[in-house]
Amino acid sequence: MKTIALLASTLVLAVSMHASEHVVNQKGKAFAPGTMKVKVGDKITFKNNDGFAHNAFSDNEANEFDIGMQKPGQDVTIEMKKPGTVEVECAIHPNMHMTIEVVE
Amino acid sequence: MKISRDRGNVLIRFIAGITILGMSVTASEELSKWLRPEHIPAPKDNQITSERVELGTFLYFDTRLSRDGTVSCATCHNEANGWSDGLPKAVGIEGREGPRNSPTVLNTAYQIRQFWDGRAKTLEEQALGPIEADVEMDMDLDELLKRLNKIEGYKVLFEKAYPGEGITRDTLAKAIATFERTVVSTESPFDRYVKGDKNAIDANAKKGFALFTGKGHCTDCHDGFNFTDGSFHNLGLGDADEGRYGLKKRAAWFHAFKTPTLRDVTKSGPYFHDGSIKTLAEATAVCGNGGRFPNSEKVSPLIVDRGLNQEELELLVDFLKTLEGTPLNIKEPTQFPQ
Repeated sequence: MKTIALLASTLVLAVSMHASEHVVNQKGKAFAPGTMKVKVGDKITFKNNDGFAHNAFSDNEANEFDIGMQKPGQDVTIEMKKPGTVEVECAIHPNMHMTIEVVE
Repeated sequence: MKISRDRGNVLIRFIAGITILGMSVTASEELSKWLRPEHIPAPKDNQITSERVELGTFLYFDTRLSRDGTVSCATCHNEANGWSDGLPKAVGIEGREGPRNSPTVLNTAYQIRQFWDGRAKTLEEQALGPIEADVEMDMDLDELLKRLNKIEGYKVLFEKAYPGEGITRDTLAKAIATFERTVVSTESPFDRYVKGDKNAIDANAKKGFALFTGKGHCTDCHDGFNFTDGSFHNLGLGDADEGRYGLKKRAAWFHAFKTPTLRDVTKSGPYFHDGSIKTLAEATAVCGNGGRFPNSEKVSPLIVDRGLNQEELELLVDFLKTLEGTPLNIKEPTQFPQ
């Protein structure tokens, strides 16, 4: 039984290690962190810590997304589905820019 | 074909990388974000040199860059009108009216998107657009390059500015962009206030500044030394122009236009992308009290009624007036390359 339990916990650990969760803060009209390395299947939560709306998006073919108008205090989570370099910008504030490296 | 002594001195300071505002700055940390950057940013492959500025100045003012020889860049972007033209909408050759207000060229060096809809990322990308636009200069670029290549004076100037590169679309754009990059705001009363001269602006302007950074939420968009964060918003002016949405059907870009600088804003009216607002008093009311459609879901969530009364709106205008610098005094050349 101990062996089965150990195997099960190892499996859970392996799965959780495979799909991690990350946070990107949007504060002071900047993404933080500015660069990030994640794995395919990982989830990234964009938090809006500013007092006004943001709108993160990427037009990169591999992981194209547009989270839409994100009000202050809102969180939006997306999943990185394919490997590649993802350039992220705010549709409202083009000064805001970050890069996500998605690996297998 | 010489640039003026004053202009030359200014350029030398640009090239030497010395801040126009002076080196001894005592701004408090709170006010430091309003200080001018020490250098004018320029791309690695188009650094500012006196030869490039001289060439760019001639090109900027030369009406031969338009199809019928009647319109130059300066026609719609001249110093007397705050580097705009004083008209609601731009007027090009043969009196053709463009779809938008002529945006000021002032401090475009510090912006990361050009045009009202931000369709160009650099001044080099922007520079050739108005030359080709049928409602502006309506000039075929290949024809223009042939025209310029027949002018010996320009061949000499291009060679000095961009040795061995010839007169091409690339060097033409770079030269005009270089000139535009030197059109930067000069020291204003507000700059002196930021640097520590507490008497540089009066009590009303100080109250206006407090409203600008506080109740008015103006700094949500008009932030930093250039009084813009480069953001795009739908102000709900109610016109048909879709703005940035014309580049891509992204919801946030519907009727969205770039936040303009407020430097020298006293000179660059009428205001907004459609030139429909004649005075700063009207402009502050539109931005500060919810626009023409207060609290509408159709406009940016930032354009809401801030509850500013008439006295407060006037104080905001008093503050905006302190952003006016001394003239750059860039003169149109009296002789052009032949």
